[in-house]
Amino acid sequence: MAMRDDTMHEIRWHGRGGQGAVTAAKILADAAFGSGWRGVTSAPSFGAERRGAPVTASTRLAAEEIRVLSQVTEPDVVVVLDESLLDVGKATAGIKPGGVIIVNTTRPAAELGLAGDFRVVAADVTGAALEAGVVVAGTPLVNTAILGSVAAATGLVTIESVAAAIEHVFSAKLAEKNVAAARLAFECTSR
Amino acid sequence: MRDRSHDISMSRPAAGEAGRTGDWRNARPVMVAERCLAVRQGTVTCQICWVYCPDACIAQGVGPVIDLEHCKGCGICAEMCPASAIQMRPESVHGVCAVEEGER
Amino acid sequence: MSHAKTRVMTGNEAAAHAARLARVQVVAAYPITPQSPVVETLSEWVESGELPAEFVTVESEHSALTVCITASTVGARTFTATSANGLAYMTEQVWWAAGARLPIVMGIANRAMAAPWSVLNDQQDSMSVRDAGWVQLYCRNNQEILDTLVQAYRIAESLYVPVMVCYDGFLLSHTMMPVELPDPDTVDAFLPPYHPLTVVDPDDPRNIGPVTLADPRPDAEGVARNGYMEFRALHHRALLGALETIERVDAEYGAATGRTWGGLLWEHRLDDADVVLIAAGSLGTQLTVAADELRDEGMNVGVLGIRSYRPFPAVAARDALDGRSLALVFDKALSYGHEGPICSDIRSALQSRTGAPVVYGAICGLGGRDVSPADLADATRRAVADRAAGIVDREPDWINLHLEEDAR
Repeated sequence: MAMRDDTMHEIRWHGRGGQGAVTAAKILADAAFGSGWRGVTSAPSFGAERRGAPVTASTRLAAEEIRVLSQVTEPDVVVVLDESLLDVGKATAGIKPGGVIIVNTTRPAAELGLAGDFRVVAADVTGAALEAGVVVAGTPLVNTAILGSVAAATGLVTIESVAAAIEHVFSAKLAEKNVAAARLAFECTSR
Repeated sequence: MRDRSHDISMSRPAAGEAGRTGDWRNARPVMVAERCLAVRQGTVTCQICWVYCPDACIAQGVGPVIDLEHCKGCGICAEMCPASAIQMRPESVHGVCAVEEGER
Repeated sequence: MSHAKTRVMTGNEAAAHAARLARVQVVAAYPITPQSPVVETLSEWVESGELPAEFVTVESEHSALTVCITASTVGARTFTATSANGLAYMTEQVWWAAGARLPIVMGIANRAMAAPWSVLNDQQDSMSVRDAGWVQLYCRNNQEILDTLVQAYRIAESLYVPVMVCYDGFLLSHTMMPVELPDPDTVDAFLPPYHPLTVVDPDDPRNIGPVTLADPRPDAEGVARNGYMEFRALHHRALLGALETIERVDAEYGAATGRTWGGLLWEHRLDDADVVLIAAGSLGTQLTVAADELRDEGMNVGVLGIRSYRPFPAVAARDALDGRSLALVFDKALSYGHEGPICSDIRSALQSRTGAPVVYGAICGLGGRDVSPADLADATRRAVADRAAGIVDREPDWINLHLEEDAR
């Protein structure tokens, strides 16, 4: 797959405060840099963050330095950490024609009711997180696992660079589980 | 390198920082030696007037010595002296205008 | 390859790394969004021993700068950072730091002033203290934040003036991008230890910043001392001298690290440009994208970026704009009742010059209002049309303003 080209790739993340969407966006930026993208930026949606409230974050990748700092309004890739956000979060707003939306769900893509000129990729990311033991206080955390799905569905970053970026953020023991979760999600996400 | 000692406003602390302020005074402190605790005990003790003088015009001693070149006459030393050994005396003594003669 | 030293980090992290590399000895700061991660990071490094410095916790920004003032007076290299209302709260000491000629370096994560309350970006905060006698440098990206903060100590300590390094809140402070961390030895060679102008020594006490009368006079020791106005003239000369120092320090930093940032001003496709877009900070970065887009449409558009806002490089700006048709100045701040501050400065630099371009102003991005390169390109097309129509005096164009009564 053609990984690097002249265009800028814009990724928008949808999560809920506390789910780690902002951290996921940061790790993806690091992974992208490790995958050879010279231009990467990653930013939270600007303003106050509250636990449980819908939040967004964005990541941009390009071969050259990125000079666009305004909000992502027409993403190539949308990543949805929590299926409930499909209804409230305007997740499909502005997706570029030919883009892709990646949804953490146990339902098949066709049943998500998402229609448009974009590809819908469904993956049970929570299942991967549970299987790998990425659970905090009884709640599976999907923000690292879903990076495997992003690598699989977009080809923008390699799973190895995702693993390396996760290792930059976590201690060795925690990194092992989180990398395992990402690898599991990578395997069970359609290309 | 250029001498930069004049780039900022600073000085060494010294008597007369604000000029010869003794002429601002309308009352002067006068030490009554026989009441001063230091004089009575014959040693450098008390010195409360030296502590409190806001313009550092009093030197420690038996008894303390007041610098009338710079003392502005604020009277704090007289207020603070536990033995009432410092009295503030007017710089000028005014009388009642006595008109010996003349038309009203 | 420099990959080992390049990391993806936020602007706030880049600022903290710069303070660490500059080997600051005293940090005093009070947290405020969007600056907080700078001081959080520095306090962690002080706690872990990675940064051998004193971290002084304070109850307000006024005290934060006061601690830096006292520490700098006794010879320490100091750092603080703030935003918006925090900067406003320390304003009295902002003036003191400058008048006492202390080479304090302060990061400003630019944020809108309340009321109404906002934590989002514009540049009103630092521009509101432009007259206090600090050098003010504005950054385009996170690498420039790190590099400029290191440079700021060289500038400050060679001229004895404090320096504010300003970077857009959230747009840079919270946005991650690749940043190369210079080797500590390289920074040490570039930045020698601080030699203070005054050292407070109990054996040789000084009055610093005492009551200073209007006229020069001999002090109690008989030494001739300047009056207030002489000190202010010297301070002004120091700021004007910074025009040369900022350029030289940037060039020397380039020799040491391979990176320069244009000194006072930077440009993008300016050579043959008829229309020049002007801004400070990350807005300038976005203007380069707009200019590229307009170039593709056949318009001769270039960008002139303001890196040094104080001192204002009036002569360099005049030379850069000579013979152009239109200068369009984008301000993320406003002098209420007048116009954008950079716009005013550009006008005064060009005043009564033949061959100078027509100057239009534009106000954008106040309180975090999003501005995209497309918005900037649209504003440029409008300005070019107005210029073609022969309009010389034009009200500032408020970009993305949605007042109902103004609906076109």
